[in-house]
Amino acid sequence: MDSQLWVKILLIAVFVIFAVMLVLPGRGARHLAVRRIALVLVFAVAIVAIAYPELLNSLANLVGVGRGTDLLLYGMVVVLIGNIISTTRRHRQMEREVTQLARALALSEASRNESGSRPRG
Amino acid sequence: MSASLAARTWLIVPLYNESQVVREVIAEARKTFPHIVCVDDGSSDDSANEARLGGAVVVQHPINLGQGAALRTGLDFALTQKGADFFVTFDSDGQHSVDDALAMVTRLSKGDLDIVVGSRFLDNRTKPGFVKVVVLKLAVKFENIMTGVKLTDAHNGLRALSRKAAQVIRIDQNRMAHASEIVSEIGRNKLRYEEMPVHLVYTEYSKSKGQSVWNSVNILSDLFLK
Repeated sequence: MDSQLWVKILLIAVFVIFAVMLVLPGRGARHLAVRRIALVLVFAVAIVAIAYPELLNSLANLVGVGRGTDLLLYGMVVVLIGNIISTTRRHRQMEREVTQLARALALSEASRNESGSRPRG
Repeated sequence: MSASLAARTWLIVPLYNESQVVREVIAEARKTFPHIVCVDDGSSDDSANEARLGGAVVVQHPINLGQGAALRTGLDFALTQKGADFFVTFDSDGQHSVDDALAMVTRLSKGDLDIVVGSRFLDNRTKPGFVKVVVLKLAVKFENIMTGVKLTDAHNGLRALSRKAAQVIRIDQNRMAHASEIVSEIGRNKLRYEEMPVHLVYTEYSKSKGQSVWNSVNILSDLFLK
């Protein structure tokens, strides 16, 4: 049997969830909450891993990864990609908001000019 | 008959850095359609002024937002105008023919449709290159499947809209994906649509500005990524 089975399942599951997150429209509040929970988790895991490095090792062995440092690396990749996805999404959201703002500005400007001097033809 | 069809129509022309040609295009279109709104999408050249000189009303985006946003702004502006019953989206680079636009409005005025969409592939007048044909056909197949709207030309900028269509069509995609988005909005709102053959003039100018085939990749990802 594949000794790394568990970590493989775990990592693949995480990336499938990321892919789904990319395509599904998320609601603002939930998205923000998930972001914050993830951040707190990262800190908690970091502190525990620093205080008890041997814990990391045994956790790694549990899921079939040889060393704790390897597990740390995998974890970092996951956090990094998750962060990229979340940032991209926020960026798109902001782009949409800027668009609405700029369009509203353009229209109000236009209606002001119109009520002014422009001759109609 | 109160006013002539052309007088009840607003041409909506998104405009981005086309100062070389826009004045001529607008002046030509004005011979038929008295009401034209140009949405200048943050051009860095003299496009807005040129459009004004051509005789269009110009609405200016403070920054570049993309053609989809420009179309929506143009529709919103024209919807506030008195006596505006029909709305035609028209390109600023001279690719579209005014006669086609008028024919589409005439068709729309019968009242049994919400939107008339131009198609390059219903007759043989337009001659795009081979790669372009393949890419456009693939895009069409894909959209038919995704939206349930059967059109032969996915990315034709010439469309005639009724008031209803102009009001309900949402355009969230700023960039080029708005063309696909309009198609899917037709499906979502169950608008009554029909295609009409139109002729696109691929001039050297429009070719040099036309979107590259690579853009279809960008369009696809824009549509799917949230």
